[in-house]
Amino acid sequence: MSPLRPDGDDWIFEASGTRWVPVIGLEVHAQLATRTKFLCPCAYEAGAQPNTQVCPVCTGQPGALPQLNAEAIKLAVRAALALGCDVAPRSKFDRKNYFYCDIPKNYQITQYDQPYCTGGGIRLASGRFVRLNRIHLEEDAGKAIHDRGDVTLVDLNRAGVPLIESVTEADLQTPEDAAAYLTALREILIYTGASSADMEKGEFRCDVNISVHPEGEEWRTKVEIKNLNSFSNVQAAIRYEVPRQILAWESPDPADHPVQETRLYDVAAGVTRSMRKKEGEADYRYFPDPDLPPILVPAAFIERQRSLLPELPAARRERYQRDLGLSEYDAGVLTLQRAVADFFEATARLSGQPKEACNWITNELLRALSGDEIEATCIDELRLKPFDLSELLGLLAAGKVGGGAARQIFSLMLTSGRAAGEILVDLGLEQIDDEEQLSEWCREALAGRASVAAEVRAGNLKAIGALMGPVMAASGGKANPTRVRELLLRLIHDAD
Amino acid sequence: MPETPLDILRRTAQLARLELTDEELARLAPQFQAILEHFEVLSSLDLGGVEATLAATELEDVKRADDPAAGIERSALLRGAPDPRDGYLAVPKTIGAAPRTNAGGGS
Repeated sequence: MSPLRPDGDDWIFEASGTRWVPVIGLEVHAQLATRTKFLCPCAYEAGAQPNTQVCPVCTGQPGALPQLNAEAIKLAVRAALALGCDVAPRSKFDRKNYFYCDIPKNYQITQYDQPYCTGGGIRLASGRFVRLNRIHLEEDAGKAIHDRGDVTLVDLNRAGVPLIESVTEADLQTPEDAAAYLTALREILIYTGASSADMEKGEFRCDVNISVHPEGEEWRTKVEIKNLNSFSNVQAAIRYEVPRQILAWESPDPADHPVQETRLYDVAAGVTRSMRKKEGEADYRYFPDPDLPPILVPAAFIERQRSLLPELPAARRERYQRDLGLSEYDAGVLTLQRAVADFFEATARLSGQPKEACNWITNELLRALSGDEIEATCIDELRLKPFDLSELLGLLAAGKVGGGAARQIFSLMLTSGRAAGEILVDLGLEQIDDEEQLSEWCREALAGRASVAAEVRAGNLKAIGALMGPVMAASGGKANPTRVRELLLRLIHDAD
Repeated sequence: MPETPLDILRRTAQLARLELTDEELARLAPQFQAILEHFEVLSSLDLGGVEATLAATELEDVKRADDPAAGIERSALLRGAPDPRDGYLAVPKTIGAAPRTNAGGGS
């Protein structure tokens, strides 16, 4: 790794008296969350047995004709609208020709000079606006597996899955910018339902374009980096590649200077390695696909899709803090997944207690989902619904149940799917408020504990804990602690 | 120096992953040149006022619903392949040997 270190947060590097500025752009391929492939009706699920989700179209059989999936267009339009892009009323598809084992037709159907949308972008929390150049629709390639012996194995299940490829302008400068942009883009795709964007399943894949130039000078040759399967790899690759390029430019021998190429990020070694010299664009011999008619996206369709867009995560976080009084941290946790945010909003609305709803969801509910006491691993799979949680919050607010009992009820609600009130009655967990009963327990606790009472009387209110314990034990944990405390104080002072 | 017909043929063959012998190159180069010359004739026409024909039909906006339908059995696919292995299509080892599109996410 190079000795170069960025000079401050703006990531400008000083080397031999020159100030070097990195320029970074991102390309993201996201699989659209359709049931079937882009151009044929094969169902697709990641992880299926190889070559079991295929048909004549996606395996490139002669004479097979593609047909566009209407849902793919709809989801792509939705993503575009959420990202503020201009959707073209008409766009076409092209063939990108190349020979590789993962692309059985020997061309990929994509959009070359008429992408379905252009413009738009994402404002990062730092205030930086990352412009999108375009987003286009295309089909995914199959998978080539190289680590099983002396051959390459090909699985065509993924061939033909709909993708949107979004390309930013080179508006980013730091690894943090890249991570922030990718996080925000992924959130938006998930919120709009356009993509599940699960990186482990390959539903969200990014490539990074990087160049560096001396401050104030023209931009220089850009290098594309692939094989970045996590946000931390993206950041690590940028941290490696920027100093590498600067040192390469600093070399007196032009043969050492960066060249336009594709590099792979080697996770184990933490370095980028040259993969191949980038093919010139003409070598892909793009031409319009004669099998696919142009797509039309009428204004009415766009407006309809716009009206169906959910409130996006950044807007929700702001509203939770401003209108519901939640902390920035809690608002962040709640909006990480749309389903959790939706669950929270429903619970807050039904119970009228947003802060309590937030506490129960961020503490108890999310903890239960990550543990193994229950089968559900995501909030949608829970038998407990927002109405059930709001009922429990109501019981708590009305003082009918204490905190400990509420947690016990909550845990039973999760496993049984039964209502809070029902469990409360069944288990006899109602909080005991009956003054006569409570007073009796308090008197029993005071008997023989005169020294504790004296301490309390002397002003040490904490000592009362030694009296609360026996009362709570006597009640089986059901005594209303607030009432018990009041009664104990009254009895101690009455004895004066 | 401008590309000779032989250069163009070699480059095109390389893009198509075709290995041509010197004898084949010598035989094909003039044929290839004749084809290219014919395209030169087409390119020389003034089509400034003619709209590009992007498709043979005048269809627009043909779409299907997102409903799954059965494809083909794996056995049927693999029957047409020279080297099926464990449900995969085996091909000569290719890593690093060929251009990749952005779509290919690798294994």
